[in-house]
Amino acid sequence: MPDQLLFAIEVTLNGLMAGVLYALVALGFVLIFKASGIFNYAQGVMALFAALTLVGIMDGQVPFEHLINAVFGTDIHGFGWEVPALLAILLTMVVMIAFAWAVNWIVLRHLVGQEPIILFMATIGLAYFLEGLGDMMWGADIKTLDVGLPQGINTTIDEATFNMFGYGFFIDNLDITATIIAAVLVAVLVAFSQYTKQGRALRAVADDHQAALSVGISLNFIWVLTWSIAGFVALVAGIMWGAKSGVQFSLSLIALKALPVLMLGGFTSIPGAIVGGLIIGVGEKLFEFLIGPLVGGATENWFAYVLALIFLVFRPQGLFGERIIERV
Amino acid sequence: MKKTLTTLALGATLAAGPALAELTFPSLSYRTGPYAANGIPFADGYADYFAMLNERDGGIGGERINMIECETGYNTEKGVECYEATKGEGALVYQPLSTGITYQLIPRVSADGIPMHTLGYGRTSASNGEVFPWVFNYPATYWDGASVAIKYLLDENGGDLSGKKIALVYHNSAYGKEPIRTLTELSEEHGFELLELPVDHPGQEQKSQWLQIRRERPDNVIMWGWGVMNQVAIQEAVNIRYPMDQFIGIWWSGSENDVRPAGEGADGYKALNFHAVGSDFELYDDLEEYVWSKGNAAGAGDQHGTVLYNRGLYAAMIAAEGARKAQEIHGTSDITPAMMRDGLEQLEMTEESMAELGLAGFGPTFSASCENHGGSGRAAINQWNANEGKWEVLTDYIQSDQELIARLVQEDSMAYAEENNIELACQ
Repeated sequence: MPDQLLFAIEVTLNGLMAGVLYALVALGFVLIFKASGIFNYAQGVMALFAALTLVGIMDGQVPFEHLINAVFGTDIHGFGWEVPALLAILLTMVVMIAFAWAVNWIVLRHLVGQEPIILFMATIGLAYFLEGLGDMMWGADIKTLDVGLPQGINTTIDEATFNMFGYGFFIDNLDITATIIAAVLVAVLVAFSQYTKQGRALRAVADDHQAALSVGISLNFIWVLTWSIAGFVALVAGIMWGAKSGVQFSLSLIALKALPVLMLGGFTSIPGAIVGGLIIGVGEKLFEFLIGPLVGGATENWFAYVLALIFLVFRPQGLFGERIIERV
Repeated sequence: MKKTLTTLALGATLAAGPALAELTFPSLSYRTGPYAANGIPFADGYADYFAMLNERDGGIGGERINMIECETGYNTEKGVECYEATKGEGALVYQPLSTGITYQLIPRVSADGIPMHTLGYGRTSASNGEVFPWVFNYPATYWDGASVAIKYLLDENGGDLSGKKIALVYHNSAYGKEPIRTLTELSEEHGFELLELPVDHPGQEQKSQWLQIRRERPDNVIMWGWGVMNQVAIQEAVNIRYPMDQFIGIWWSGSENDVRPAGEGADGYKALNFHAVGSDFELYDDLEEYVWSKGNAAGAGDQHGTVLYNRGLYAAMIAAEGARKAQEIHGTSDITPAMMRDGLEQLEMTEESMAELGLAGFGPTFSASCENHGGSGRAAINQWNANEGKWEVLTDYIQSDQELIARLVQEDSMAYAEENNIELACQ
């Protein structure tokens, strides 16, 4: 097989894996938009906050340590214990559920019935607040996240492809793990929304929240539930991205990677987020591989948006989005 | 109660009275945002040095130091706002710690007559004092860094790089593109192939670039990164099993923050630096005695001895020594920004002067002049020891190719002077 073709296959496989990581971020946006019509600008910061909280709990950090020391003149440096990863993940989920409840109680319930742009602006405020809160609670230093996920080249694939083609493919173990986790996550989410009472209530609110209210579904409960699930998805995304780069404040910028995925896959479809992520991942990687060298490289950021725009022209609602027709 | 109020009123009156002369040093810091992890140690070092001078010496030449910190968030617009908000306070020198902010401030400081020191960053050709009389970028520039990296690789390869392939992984911005011209010239001179691999901001996804490195198998990789780009690049290098001792970063890709997330895998990674690492200096004793032990450490006080904390100390030391020189030249302790510029322009850092400051061997020796605002252009190679969790100094300060750099600086700065109708200084 020609070298260029082998390289293109390797790039495609890595693009698919990168797409899964983009989709993980996009999923959080979809969940909230589907249930409440809110484009949650804070989703990227939620991933950051969840990852910061996870590392903080694992390392036995005292929340607001710097603030406490500055105000009370104390010299606190952590609890002095370490928490196992699984328990820390569960505790982080408790924090994310508390966050979801607080967002609903303090912000969203006062804005029911407002224009979508108002709700969107509320999430912008929420994003900046959450970033500041994360800084005060856990500090701005770069934290190493180690929850035991495997990283580095998968030697089995490397050796197998080398024996077959004379060139070993590089596939990152972390990407393989992310793909498995994303698949399980989507299956669980779909099963939850199809086969549980809460899931059906969630879908009812997504379809028509007035009608859902009239049959006794609590909007407050559904919104807390949705934001909690989005918080969990944000935690998973934060773990995957944080394992690559350490947990740091630029983690919030991963939201930028989700936007073209949403444009392409649609804002209301969970499978759309996955398929959109895969198309964006493969598209940008192949474009960089084939065309990048001719135009000076660094094409991935803008090409993802170009690809999404092309799809938008032909399908404004995205590949799997709901078509909205308003008749006058 | 009445007595307390009277005391307060008296205090307020005294405070509002004629201000004592002060030397004002703004600190355009970033303790928040995506680059906070790098901004905090630098800002802490910068603040602690001035605090130590105030406590130990009563300031500089009898004048107390007033350091005004302004948060830029590494955002260019906010950086310009900080400049505009603080320049009226009698600011003596600006150090924006951002190439983007530097480019915006160059015309402003030139018009306002306030010096700016961009320590190893910013616009390289600003080292030509004839064209940029208000800008200083000693002790070394990006082009010096590129040249030193190649000189080091020449040493490692018996003086011959012909037929070798060297990849440059760079942040796709004005900063990241700075070394390309120098490296292109050097590749022609030494016969190596230069492979350019830009990484889009912020650099969280670099799979394409590292797959290409895996395919092309360059002999060495040089990195011009910042922030998250550094951590991801080092992790990706570990993932593809690229030999870390053949991977060299510029000094902005060589702090503890950059290597720690990759753990043991980052062992052996190298980076340029133009100052010392660690805390084994007499100055640290004074910092402990006069600042930290009194609970006055800047920030959380947990950055002491890190690479970027030391860089902040070094930046503050140069600013303080520039002010001291200005006082000496003009025979007054109450100096103006114009006098400060004279001090920075005649600054000379020798082994003796650094030893007197408690920083023996902390940085390369250099002397500035009206024409040369870029210093001696020397940098050392450091290597990360993951087991001990510290940077180790691998080489002495290596001299860059001054002939090449001088020619490139001359060409670029003169083109800028022509475009902007700048009358040359030092005539």
